[in-house]
Order: sequence, then C-alpha cells, then structure tokens
Amino acid sequence: MTLFLEQMLNGVQFGVMLFLLAAGLTLIFGIMGVINLAHGSIYMIGAYAGTWVATETGSFWLGIPAALAAAAFTGAAIEFLVVRRLYGRDHLDQVLATFGLILIFNQTITILFGRQPLFVSMPALLDGSVELLPGLVYPIYRLAIIAVGLLVALGLYLLINKTRIGMLVRAGSTNREMVRALGVDIRLLYTLVFGLGALLAGLAGFMAGPILAVQVGMGEQILITTFVVVVIGGVGSIRGAFFASLILGIVDTGLRAYLPGLLRQVMVGPEADALGAGISSMGIYLLMAIVLLIRPKGLFIRNS
Amino acid sequence: MNFRRMLLAASVSALAALPAFAAEPVKIGMITTLSGPAGYLGQDIRDGFMLALEEGKLGGVLVELVVEDDGLKPGQGKQIAERFLSENGIKLFTGIVFSNVAGATIPDIVDSGAFYVSPNAAPSNLAGKECNENYFVVSWQNDSLHESAGQNATNLGYKKAFVLAPNYQAGKDAIAGFKRYFKGEIAGEIYTRLDQTDFAAELAQVRAAKPDVVFQFHPGGLGITFLRQYEQSGLMKEIPMVVAEPSMDGVTLAAVGDAAIGLNVSSHWNSDFDNAANKKFMDAWNKTYNRPVTYYASQGYDAALAYASALKATRGNIDDADAFRDALRKADFESVRGKFAFGPNQHPVQNWYALKVEKGADGKPVLKTVGEVFKDHGDAYAADCKM
Repeated sequence: MTLFLEQMLNGVQFGVMLFLLAAGLTLIFGIMGVINLAHGSIYMIGAYAGTWVATETGSFWLGIPAALAAAAFTGAAIEFLVVRRLYGRDHLDQVLATFGLILIFNQTITILFGRQPLFVSMPALLDGSVELLPGLVYPIYRLAIIAVGLLVALGLYLLINKTRIGMLVRAGSTNREMVRALGVDIRLLYTLVFGLGALLAGLAGFMAGPILAVQVGMGEQILITTFVVVVIGGVGSIRGAFFASLILGIVDTGLRAYLPGLLRQVMVGPEADALGAGISSMGIYLLMAIVLLIRPKGLFIRNS
Repeated sequence: MNFRRMLLAASVSALAALPAFAAEPVKIGMITTLSGPAGYLGQDIRDGFMLALEEGKLGGVLVELVVEDDGLKPGQGKQIAERFLSENGIKLFTGIVFSNVAGATIPDIVDSGAFYVSPNAAPSNLAGKECNENYFVVSWQNDSLHESAGQNATNLGYKKAFVLAPNYQAGKDAIAGFKRYFKGEIAGEIYTRLDQTDFAAELAQVRAAKPDVVFQFHPGGLGITFLRQYEQSGLMKEIPMVVAEPSMDGVTLAAVGDAAIGLNVSSHWNSDFDNAANKKFMDAWNKTYNRPVTYYASQGYDAALAYASALKATRGNIDDADAFRDALRKADFESVRGKFAFGPNQHPVQNWYALKVEKGADGKPVLKTVGEVFKDHGDAYAADCKM
C-alpha cells in the first residue's frame, strides 16, 4: 500500500512538471495558433541560467529569479524576432522556423557551457526525505515541486478566470478574429502570453535541475510528452492541460511500476520485463490515440 | 644514353624510398560521436588520440587526422566511411563510440581492405563469427565491462542483486554479462527507457524488493540522473551499488559529486594507475585540457599508440597490408592500463580492477583503485572467431 501511494506521488510530481510546460504550450498554440517547438529550448535555457547563477553565487534561491528572467526574456525575444512573422503563415513554416531555433539554441549552449551536464546542489532546506506515513518515505524536494506546481495551477486559474487579461485570453482561445475585431491590442496580448508561457517553462527547467541532468537536448526529451498532454487536454485549455498532465503522469508511472509485474503472472521473467518496458513506454501514446478516437478535440474541449 | 639510364635509376630509387620520407602524411579517418548529450564521449576519444601525436607524428610518421561527427546515427557513420574510403583514400580508421554505429560501419571498412582500430565499442558479433583480420579493438569487448561488475559483486560477498538497464541491445547485454559472473540470486530486473529522465517509479520498486546490492547500467547523462535520484531517495545509505565503468566515468563523477561516494566500480583503467605510460598521459591531459579525464580519453590515446607502433614498425608504409597487420598484432606499445595483449580475435586480453569512489585530498570525490577483479581476462566470443 505504501508502495502504491509512493508511486501515486511520483505520478503527481511528474504530472505537475508536465503541467508547467504544457500550460505555456497550450496557451501559445490555442491563442496564437503557433506551434512552438522551441518551448523545450526555453525550458533548457531556464535550467542552464538558473543552475549557472546558483553555482556561481552558491545560492539556490538566487537561481530562481535568474531562471525566470532568462526564460521570459528568451520567450519575448523569440516572439518579437521570429514568431511574430509567422502568425499568418502555415503550421509547417512555424515548425520549420522553431525547429531551426532548437538547433541554434542547442549549439549556442554547447559553445557556452560545453557538452558536459551541469548540476546544482539541492538547498539544505529541501534536502533529505520525510516520513509521510509509517513506511512511506518521500524526498522533500519532490514534495516541494508538487506544491509549487499546484500553486502555479491555482494562480493560473485565478488569472484566467478572474482578471481582465484572463478574459481576453479565454476569448482569444475561443475566437481570435473576434477579439481582434473588437479592438483589443492583440500584439501586446500575444507577447504577454508568450512571455508567461516561457516563464513557466523556465521555472520547470530550473526545478528539474537538482533532480535531472541539466544538459543540451533536455528540452526535446520532455517536449514530445508535453505535446501529448496538450492534445489530450485539448488545445488552448489550461484546465485541460492540468488534468491531462496529472492523468499522464500517473498513467506513465503506473505502467512503468506495475505492468512488468502483471505480465510476469502470465509470462517468463526476462521476456515479461522487456515487453512490459516496451508497452509502458508506448502507454501515453496509446492513451492519446484512444482519446483522439473518442474526443478528437481533447478531453476538456466541448464539441461544438 | 648511359647518363639517361642513370637518371632514370636515380628517380626510381627516389620513388621507392618515398613512403618513408614522404611529405604527404598518412591519413587516419576518425568517425565519432561529437553531438548530442553523448557528445563528450567522442570529444574525449578525439582529444585523447591527439595527445599521442608528437608534432603531428605517430611512431615518427607524419599523420593527418580527419574527424567527422556521426551524430550517433548508424546511417551517417556508414556514409562518412564510404566517403573517406572512396574520396579521401583513407586506409586507417578509428573513433566510433557506439555499438549500433560500429555494427553498420565497420564491416564496410574492413571488407574494403582498410584497417579499423576500435577505441570503444566492440559488439559481440564482431568479436565472434564476424571477426575480421583488419579489425582490432584496444578498449574491451562490450560484455567484459559487465562481467567484471558481476565478479566484483560476487567478490564483495553480495547474495541478492537488483538489476536495471535501458531497454536496448547494450542494456540487455549488460544484464546478461553481469549475470554470467554474479553467483547470487536476482531479486528483480527492470528495463528502463533510453530517454527516461525520472527514475522515481523504479527506485520505489528497488526499495520494496530489499536487495543486498543494486547493479545498474546507464551510460552518460542517464547515469548521472539515476545516481542523483538514487542518493536523493536515501537509497545510497541503505543499499550499496556496483556498476561498470560506463556508469561512472570522470565526467559522471564530477557531475554527481558527493552522491557517488561509496560506489563500487570495475574498470580496465583508472587515472591513478602507477605506470610510466599513464603518468605521461595524465600529465599531458591535465596540461592540455581543463576538464576531468575519462576512460574514453585513455582509449583514444591507446588507439593512437597502437597505430603508432605499427606505423613505426613499417616506417609508414601502409600499402603492405600484411606487414602492417602483423605489426599491429604485436601490440608493441606501452598501454596506459599496463599489461596489454591482443587475443586470437584481436580483442584485448587484460586485467580488470575494482575501484571505489572516495573523498579525495581536495574534498572532491575520486575513483580509487582498491583491488583486482580479473587477471588476463579475454572474452567469451574468441572461440567462435575463425581467421
């Protein structure tokens, strides 16, 4: 039972990390109609900037503003210099341009920091584990990630549902043309949304630093999964991204943890382990295919 | 008439003497992985190789190193090899890091009559049935890495092991190699994903299985992530770990830091080896490059020394393939790992050592050699090789 709870926590923790990335991606895609492959690069830049500042100054906490600032600045710069020219263009052009950005960012980071992964040590406050229940020991840092993720989700909920900007964002994701026709400065709104998305990606990147290796290409690894979240949750829906992230995190973790064991009931050991590993790595894509079959627009978009 | 014949004879003898004093350098083609997260492996092999060059010469013969990045793509490696062979006329090859690239590229090279000296990857098929007289390996056969870890775990007295590796050929070979020499029982076996970044779900299973020891094989960035998370979950204090050298090279160690202390590693080379060749190598490395040394660099260096020995013996004449091959086979060079010889399938026969990660004099963790695991260890596939 404690093992099950621990795996659920692992799933939720993976889910909120995905959410931080997916929130920005789904907003950018939903409101601006832009497929931004470089979102993973912003995650990487946040991780590198934060980790570098944290290592140079010796303070983990100083890394946070650095990561956020670097990510938001990069996001705004991408929007201003590249993406702004692509709004009216085909999705294929956007994919081409933002894929080019991935290559440029990866190479720049390689030149600046080298190929060897960077590391930031964990702040003393969050180092170690706590016993949540008898026998259930869980790292404090991962609990902190869950807490930050849920706080961000709450903040976004309030921002989107209770403020004027949020109203424009919601309107924009439903009918872009009408918002423009009503005289809203759509350019400013676009830059804001892009910057906000980038900020969240940078935060996710920096939080991942102490757990994962900060290395070139780290963004592409998680970007694919993030797109799956956006598709399952429904393009443009923050609520959808939130629930889809949690579902995906839990499904992925659950399959990895339990599928080989289940298969071992009906098969011989090593084959079951290899097959289980194979199927569980397909799991989230199978889930996406099923969702697309039943609800092509995503789980949290009302069919019109 | 007489005078003209004399002139002709003189020019012919000058031509014959040409290879030894040629201004034209001998070209060595290096196909290696320089991009992506695993780019540092190829970078270290290349830089280690270059350290062995003395004023652009190997064994007194002027050489030109042509380096290209295979991007960890077998198809790309194959294309580079074809181009090197046909357009550049290169006869000597080295450099490939990964077994999948090696498997696609090396057969083309050796079938065309060129030589290949492997500084890293050595898949089992090329060591056994598909061995070739022009194919040499100075690193190790892939399985040996993990066999040494299995023997190390047995030597340390562990009875119950939990094993983890990525779900691809090298991962499966790793677990098979470990099991071949581990005498205890296997408490659990998990295949992870090659692109996995979070191992929390697997670590929870390890904790629940309560083994004596954990063996894992995760090369490059994967290994760093795995070890960090292993330590963060508090498992490092509860369950000791044995690994083979790919999971704990110099770069991984620098990145993981104190989390690695107490780790048992088995390796064929370590930076603290006390022999003249290694001291020379380490001095040169530390003087030239401002970064941690890895065993990949030592293998690149040894590959260069192997070519140097054959170039020296043949005085740079690589057109006589038989003579060049015989010279290579002798392994007449001082390897940085100490004792070194080629087995019947031209793979190394060498000693393996137990290392442990300890706190060094400057407070940073270092790999320290603590004992021997295997003496004159060859590989299991040599018997299948008919040359």
